[in-house]
Parts: sequence; C-alpha cells; structure tokens
Amino acid sequence: MRRTQPSALSQLVEITYKRRRLVTRAMMIVLIAAFLVATVPLFSVFFHVVRQGLPALNMDFFTHLPAPVGEAGGGLANALLGTIILVVLASVIGIPWGVVIGIFLSEYGKSRFAALVRFSVDMLASIPSIVIGLFVYALVVIPMKRFSGLAGGLALGILMVPTIARTTEEILKLIPVHIREAGLGLGVPRWKMILFIIVRGSMGAIATGVILSVARVAGETAPLLFTALSSRFWFGGLDQPIASLPVQIFNYAISPFEEWQSQAWGGALVLILFVFVTNIITRLALRRAHGSGQS
Amino acid sequence: MERHFETSLRELKVQLVAMASHVERAIGNAIEGLQNGDFAAIASVYSVEETINRENMDLDGSCVRLLALQQPLAADLRLLIAVIKINTDLERMGDQAVNIAQDAEAYLKGAPLKPLIDLPKMFMEVQGMVRESINSFVNRDEKLARDVLKRDDVVDGLKAKIINDVTEILKTRPTDVRQGLHLILIARHLERIGDHATNIAEDVIYAISGKDVRHGGST
Amino acid sequence: MNTTELRETLLDVRNLHASFGGIAALHGISLSVIANSVTAIIGPSGCGKSTFIRCLNRLHEEVPGATTQGEVWLDGQDILSADVDPVTLRRKIGMVFQKPNPFPAMSIYENVVAGLTLAGVRRRSVLNEVVEKTLNLAALWDEVKDKLHHPGSSLSGGQQQRLCIARALAIEPRVLLMDEPTSALDPISTARIEELIGELKREVTIVIVTHNMQQAARISDKTGFFLLGELVEFTDTSVLFTAPKDPRTERYITGRFG
Repeated sequence: MRRTQPSALSQLVEITYKRRRLVTRAMMIVLIAAFLVATVPLFSVFFHVVRQGLPALNMDFFTHLPAPVGEAGGGLANALLGTIILVVLASVIGIPWGVVIGIFLSEYGKSRFAALVRFSVDMLASIPSIVIGLFVYALVVIPMKRFSGLAGGLALGILMVPTIARTTEEILKLIPVHIREAGLGLGVPRWKMILFIIVRGSMGAIATGVILSVARVAGETAPLLFTALSSRFWFGGLDQPIASLPVQIFNYAISPFEEWQSQAWGGALVLILFVFVTNIITRLALRRAHGSGQS
Repeated sequence: MERHFETSLRELKVQLVAMASHVERAIGNAIEGLQNGDFAAIASVYSVEETINRENMDLDGSCVRLLALQQPLAADLRLLIAVIKINTDLERMGDQAVNIAQDAEAYLKGAPLKPLIDLPKMFMEVQGMVRESINSFVNRDEKLARDVLKRDDVVDGLKAKIINDVTEILKTRPTDVRQGLHLILIARHLERIGDHATNIAEDVIYAISGKDVRHGGST
Repeated sequence: MNTTELRETLLDVRNLHASFGGIAALHGISLSVIANSVTAIIGPSGCGKSTFIRCLNRLHEEVPGATTQGEVWLDGQDILSADVDPVTLRRKIGMVFQKPNPFPAMSIYENVVAGLTLAGVRRRSVLNEVVEKTLNLAALWDEVKDKLHHPGSSLSGGQQQRLCIARALAIEPRVLLMDEPTSALDPISTARIEELIGELKREVTIVIVTHNMQQAARISDKTGFFLLGELVEFTDTSVLFTAPKDPRTERYITGRFG
C-alpha cells in the first residue's frame, strides 16, 4: 500500500488532540493550586498552634484553676469542665429540637407551613452567632439578672438547631420513596414507619451530623460573651456564670501577661484537637457503618 | 419502521410459495406423464421432490430461528405455527407426488385399463385446492381458505367414482387387477394431497382468525 | 378446560377510577381476581397498571392529590370505603416493589419480621418461627440461614427481592401485589422469582404488574391488558397471548406499538 499524506481531517484531529492535552495540563495545575490554597492555611494554623501551645500543656493545665495575675502556673481546668457542661446542655436543648424539625421538614415538608419553617431555619443559620448571644441575653440574662451557664447552653443550643435540622432533613430525604412505601405497604402507620424504619435506618448518618455540629459549637466564643460570661472558679451551678475554653482563650489572648497568652495557646490547641479528633472519629465510624451496608 | 419480524415473515412466505410451486409441478408432471405416457416427465418428479425436501428443511430452520429469536405472540405466533404446519403438509404432498410417479410408471408398463377421464378431472380439482390454499395464506384470505374446505368433498366423490369404475371393470377382467390397483392407488394419492390442502386451509383460517375449524370445530 | 372459572373470586374490582392531581389515570376498571391464582397486568408505560395495583392496597391515596373512586370487594367488604383503615387493609394485601428495598440498617432477620415487630409482636420464639417459615417460602432460607444477622443490604439484588417477598409474606396477607418485581434483576434471579411465584400461589393470591409480556405469559393464569387507563382485555393468559379479541391487544403484544 502506498503511504499517503495525512488527510486534512487527521491533521485537524491531531491539532485538537494537542490542544486538549494542553488544556488538561493547565486544569491540573489550577487544581493543584486550589488544593494548596485550601490546605496550606489549615496546616499552617495547626502547626503554629501546636508550636505555641504545646509548651503550655502540662498536668496543671488540665487540673488547676487559673492562677491569679502575676503568679506562675495554674491551669484551665474549670474552663475545660465548663465547656463540657455547656456542650452537654446545648446538646440536650439543640439535638432533639433540631432532629424533630429535620424529621418534620423531610417527611411533612410539602406544606406551606413547612416552607415557612424551612425558611426560618435557613434564616436562623445565617444570623451571626453574637446576635444569638444578644438574643439570649435579652431573653434569659436580663430577667434572671445574672449571667449563667443556662443562658450559655441555650445560646449554643439555638446555634445547633439549624445545622442539625437541615442535615437531618437532607439525610432522611436520601431514603428513597419506595422504602417508605414498603413500610406503609406492610401495614405500618406512617409515624411508626418514619421513626422505626426511616429515622432508625439513618441513625448513623444523623449522629454524624449531630456530632459535627456539637464539635462546631464547642469552639463558639461570641454567643457566650453575654450569656455564660466567664468565671475564675469551679462550676457553681447552672444559674451561675461559667467558664468556657473559647472565652478563656479570648480573655487570656488579649491580656498583657505572657503567662496567660501562653495558656491561651494551650487552650487553643486543646480546642483544635477536640474538633479534629471528633471529626475524624465520626467520619471513620460513618465509613464503617456504610461499609457494613448502611445506605 | 418495519418490524424485523415482518421482514423475516416475508422471506418465509417467499420460501413457502417457491416450495408450493415445486409441489404443484411434481404432482403435475406425475399426472401429465401418466396421461401422455411420458417417462421423462415422470422421472423429473423424483428430482423435484428432492428440491422440495431441501426446501422443507430450510423452512423448518427459518421457523425455529424465528421462534427462538423473536418469540412471537398472538397473530404472529399463529402465523408462524401455520407456516410450520403448511411446510409439513407441502413436504407430504411431495411424497405423494413420488408415490403417484411410481404407480404411473408401473401402470404405463402394462396395457391401459381404460381411458383416463375422471383421474385428470380429480387432478385439476386437487391442483386447484393446493393453489388456492397457498393463495389464501399469501393473501390472508379467509374466504378463499373456506372455499378450499368445500372442494374436498368433490375430490372425495371423484375418488369413490374411480374406485367404483375400476372395480366394475375388474369384475369382467380379473387378470388386469394389478393395473386396476395402480389406478386406484393414484386416486388415493391424489385424495391424500387434497387432504393436505384442506389442512393448509384450516391452518390459514387459524392463523387469520384464531379459530380452530378442524375436526368439525365451529365454522 | 377452563378450571380457573370454577374457583372463587377473592378480589372484585368494580368500576375503579383513579386520578393524580385532577388528571385521570384509570377509567372505570372492573375485573375479578380468583383466589390462589396469578393475575398479570400488562400494558405500555403510563397505561395505569401500577396505579391500578396501588389502588388495591390504597397506597395510591398516599400520594398528594391522588383520588380513587369505585369499589374493590374483599371478604364481603368494600376496601375502598372510608371506614376501612388503610393500615389494617395493608396487612391483608401485601406488596413487593420494582426495586428490591430491604429496610436500611436492618439485618435479614429484622427485615423479615419488621411487619410483626412494628405491630408489637415481641415473642422471640414466634419471630424465629416466622423467619424460618417465610424465608423458606421465599426460597431464600438455605442461602441466608447462617447469616440472618447480616445486613439485608449485603445480599445480591435477586436475594434482596426474595427477602422483600419474605417480608411481605411474614404478615400472612391474602393478596400479594407485585409491581414489576423483576425489572431490576438479571435473568437468573428473574427466573428464580418466577419459579417462586408459581409456588406461592398455593399460599396467596398474586396480582403482578409486568412490562415483560413473556413473563406474564409464563407465570400468570389470567392477564389484563391496560391501555391509557382502560382495561382493554381481560381473559385467560393462554387465550390472550394466542388469540386476543381486541385489535389493540393484538397490536401491543405483537410489538406493533407501545
């Protein structure tokens, strides 16, 4: 066979192909750049906090009350405990509230009322957290005439509601209609079908959403400023001001004392680790749950 | 767009018509050979019958393929089943043509028993039945198929008459019994061909209307 | 020749109309389902065949804007009437769906007995017995008896569908509705389900929607052909697929439209 000149078409194809390869390479570079933009700040913050915070961490840090100004030593034990108490309180308020709203939106979400609820939840999600703090200040702190752990927990709880509600709604909506129909088709009343088939079947995923939002509010500072305030003492009841890690970090960080600033770094490290570890554990747990055939 | 099945069915029809024309020729050659003492014509029946046998197998293969691949239902299914049955009837007709040819050869070797009058008449009738049964299939003509059914009585009558005439003759000329037997057998072969044509007509009616008119079934 | 005619009618549908948001989907369907038989419903997509069986267990009315009129008689009772509780009714008329849909995060065991446990049956011995019996009925017992506590979703598609059949049978319904139960399955799983349907009709009366005509032909005693929300023809399966009376049925089953 005679060798022929490449046809005009095959030349065109060759040019197009070259251009495509070029575009592919360019897009690859853009992607890597985007990856760096997203991860470099994360890791630099993390390493900075570890470097600054690690020296401040010792037994005293976890077991002692803050030392008075000028004295060395002391710890943030009361703030750690306070944060745990506030988060538990927030969870007790926020989780049932958020999950119930989520179930309502997913299962009965076609009415006008549901549309209103959904809109309100979205609005609530976009309200700055400090405004929530002010709202609770007006609602609880002023009538009680004092700052309190109760007010702080309520503020954090309110903050949790929109994220939990919307993630619950989205998770439940992932369950196909024919599963719901299978439940109804077995002669199961609708409410039972929703609770014991749909919600039960999504428990793992809902729990993940809940834990992630708990981890998020654990680091909130602004809503606590006017509600839980802060305290230099051990927990003295829910109607008393209560110390919390984020607020303590805030107070220490803006103080002029080097000792306190160092402890602020330590607190920041503890907080970041808490959020990190919770995130990783829940994600791993979720993956395992999915692996064993949840979906 | 035409269904694939339609195309295949048209091919089947072409095959069937070709086969039917060979059958007609085989019967015609056998009878005309007998009438004209034409041994060459009679001998040709055997080769035509071989063609028919081949066509029979080809058509069977096409039908099995179509059944397996298209899985026809309702009218399509009835039509295909009719083709399978018609195919068998045509092949049997070919066999009968060979039988006629053999008896004709044997008859021609002896002295003629009588002038052939009713046998050609019977042949014309049977040939018409064969042709019309196939036409009724090709043209999906239920009325024509029903006409074929009626003609079967004419053929039966002619056969009875031939047997009668031959036995009358044999009463006076018992030595010619062999010749007489050949004529009676030829009449019987023709009658069987007529029966096959009747079967074809019945299958055509079933294919067209879904009604089973065999064995005194509703008409 | 026609033995099915001699048996009793279990489900009598009279002049059934149904609609979605003002658009009529069924125009006066009347047919009788004979006890312990398989009734197949065929027809092109959108002909109302699914709507029809979803009316029979009143799942149709769960869809917002859906309406139903007419009568469906079962055991001397019009099951469409307002004083029949759909939840109770569905314990008599079970359903198997197009896609295998075991309940998420439930084991094989829990799936089978879901209808019972959610109705308050707790006795372990009773549940164990039901699991073995219905999984046997669904021809799944031998394959899963050693892994009853594995997730239902760990089974293959065909096994999941048999699990769903077992789940539906566990509450001992009189009628089993099947909405294209094999359309998501491979040919071998399909064959197993078809075989199973043949066995099950001794226990339960089956109404199956299918768009696989060969399947309807293979497994059913009677077949109804739906077109544009109308029941065009309803007769013995052997008659419908060899010599249908209505030219529309003829055209459909020979593939000339639809």
